[in-house]
Amino acid sequence: MRGIRKAFGATQALAGVDLRVDAGEVLALVGENGAGKSTLMKVLAGVYRADGGEMLVDGRPYRPRGPHDARRMGVAMIFQELALAPHLSVAENILLGLEPSRYGFVRRPAMAAAARDALRQLGRPDIPPDAAVASLPIAERQVVEIARAVATGCRLLVLDEPTSSLTAADTRHLFALIHRLKHQGHAIVFISHFLEEVRAVSDRVTVLRDGASVGEGETPSMPDARLIELMAGRPVHDLYPRSPRAPGAVVLELDALAGHRKPVSASLALRRGEVLGIAGLVGAGRTELVRAIFGLDPVRRGTIRVAGHEGVGAPGRRWAQGIGMVSEDRKAEGLAVALSIADNTTLSRLAGLGPLGLVFPGRQAAAAARWVAALQIRCRSPHQPVQALSGGNQQKVAFARLLHHDVDVFLLDEPTRGIDVGSKARLYAVIDDLAARGKAIVIVSSHVPELLGISDRIAVMCRGVLGPARPVSECSEHGILAEATGAA
Amino acid sequence: MNEWAKKLGPLLGLLLVVALFSTLRPRQFPTAANVEIMLLQTAVVGTAALGMTLVIVSGGIDLSVGSQIALATVGLATLLAHGWSPLAAAGAVVMLGGLCGVVIGGLVTGLRLSPFIVTLGMWGGLRGAAKGLANETIVVAPVTWLNDLLTALPPDQAWALVPAGVWLTIALAAVVAVLLRSTILGRHIVAIGSNEQTARLCGIEVTQTKLAVYTLASCLAAVAGVLQYAYLTVGDPTTASGMELDIIAAVVIGGGSLAGGQGSVFGTLVGAVIMTVVANGCTKLDLPNWVQEIVTGLIIVSAVALDRFRQPRD
Repeated sequence: MRGIRKAFGATQALAGVDLRVDAGEVLALVGENGAGKSTLMKVLAGVYRADGGEMLVDGRPYRPRGPHDARRMGVAMIFQELALAPHLSVAENILLGLEPSRYGFVRRPAMAAAARDALRQLGRPDIPPDAAVASLPIAERQVVEIARAVATGCRLLVLDEPTSSLTAADTRHLFALIHRLKHQGHAIVFISHFLEEVRAVSDRVTVLRDGASVGEGETPSMPDARLIELMAGRPVHDLYPRSPRAPGAVVLELDALAGHRKPVSASLALRRGEVLGIAGLVGAGRTELVRAIFGLDPVRRGTIRVAGHEGVGAPGRRWAQGIGMVSEDRKAEGLAVALSIADNTTLSRLAGLGPLGLVFPGRQAAAAARWVAALQIRCRSPHQPVQALSGGNQQKVAFARLLHHDVDVFLLDEPTRGIDVGSKARLYAVIDDLAARGKAIVIVSSHVPELLGISDRIAVMCRGVLGPARPVSECSEHGILAEATGAA
Repeated sequence: MNEWAKKLGPLLGLLLVVALFSTLRPRQFPTAANVEIMLLQTAVVGTAALGMTLVIVSGGIDLSVGSQIALATVGLATLLAHGWSPLAAAGAVVMLGGLCGVVIGGLVTGLRLSPFIVTLGMWGGLRGAAKGLANETIVVAPVTWLNDLLTALPPDQAWALVPAGVWLTIALAAVVAVLLRSTILGRHIVAIGSNEQTARLCGIEVTQTKLAVYTLASCLAAVAGVLQYAYLTVGDPTTASGMELDIIAAVVIGGGSLAGGQGSVFGTLVGAVIMTVVANGCTKLDLPNWVQEIVTGLIIVSAVALDRFRQPRD
């Protein structure tokens, strides 16, 4: 790709990007959200048409008219939201649009054989071709989607944040699969926010910022600090700031809390002025724990004490008690994406935004504007719909709701998943500031370095059981992973 | 195994209601004559529901089937009254039905309107067209063999088991079932209903496929109209009012999902028969009409609720 340009209205999303990927090579593409990674890859995969520049595949000009056209020419993109038909079988999904047929009738044996071939090529002959895709775990669905690209003869695969919903074990399997594809001569573009993944899987790395390629090199020759600097456009000294914190009174206490299926047992005492990290594998029951505390999931046994009040409570009661929650699923649950920043920020506390119980849009906007400034939310105005913002800025809006409500206890479920380094740094700074001002924070995260960076204490959850919270000085990445996998 | 549970669910429901009414009215309900009556009462809804299955599996909906059926009875009666041969008249009506489907499919795909809105418009528009064509009255036509399609068989033709109209429904069901299960077009219909974006990404001609779905569905609705004419023996512009909901209910009881991607011809037919059996059985129990309507309502909701219960939650 040479000099690729693309504008949306007045926004120049891509301002002349060059990119090269060779056969048998894995190229990592990194950059903050909004840097233009997705746009660039959508141009490559034929979803968008570039305004300028040229693309060559195998030295020949390449101008796809659509994603299907791109696939015909050997370029496939595996999207973040998996593009499978859940009601069809594995084989039907792999050969969708290319079904072997005679007189319009599907030839199922031939289809199953072709699907089996593709899965064997990926080293996954264990996935049955006749299983319904809906019955497969997410990691296997991803394999099916990659198998489809391989079966259609694609030689250039773009993986857009493929690990965002995978467990650590599945991520390792995926990396093995990527290596396999590489040795079979495929070219792979790998997009990720995690530098350790970039290191584990890629041969070269290209950094994108503000729609331009700002750095490129062999992965081993690019230290983390250098990559972060290139992404952010400035040196980032302290990703995890830490002001002096003074733990105060206990505000949230759990005693042998058990939910419907998870958590099995969770006990903890959260103090004002502290950040408590909760680590664990996906599926360990961390989200269910947070949801049970907040009254979204049923509590079967055990007690929850919030600032002296005991007992279960619906979310409305929790807000009133000064607890706020940021959901892990910001699009489906955390935010009403069609509504404005102001609406989303003030949703839980509309009182006081006008006389006689009325809500004045101007006052809503003024209330939101304060947090837009404090969190550095990039937007045109507080009236802009949330769906127009980048992921990092959306997450800041979800966070702003808790700040507007002025809660004392923050329950944060994967608050930095899928957001860029700049937004992460901003959120870490805000969390640190809140802790220093005596707020209590529970943060669930699958990213252990982050937990080690911002928490005061860390508890590990494994199979629904929450372990003891240990001071962060006694924790190590290795120890946490061992405890999370039940090895400790 | 789960697949089978899904297939068998509606069938078990059917056996249950049949057993219930057979126990309560052993003399009147499970007789050959009554079974024949129930089957011919199912033919119209069943035939139209075949098309609705295609539409619902593709992720769409058609609220205008009732109006299409009424228009077909009026059109057929009018042509017969003008001296057309029965076969030519019925063929013309089915072609016209197909044309309605092309219009619906064209509006859905061309203007990117939701099928709900397009067919809500057609629901009113086609009903009005039927009334206009019929001068707001019943259209009487000369008696032809079409009238015998859904009449109980005379004793000397008992070898046919059921009237020709019922056989027609069964034959069409077999064709649609094979179409949906084993042809490229059928699998593409399921793929579009399951995930339209993916279907497009994989190069499936979404527009053409949807046009085919609505065209086929409306042809089947027109065939249902011909059967309805046979049942009524006149063209009636006010007939089949509200029948679209029975037809949708048949698909849903049979395991169809309004979200698309799910539904089977077999299930739909069982769903249609369940509704007839309930109506017939309630009559045999001398229950008033309103009881029967409440029971039907309960069955629709509980069928879907049971289905939800059986499926593992994601």
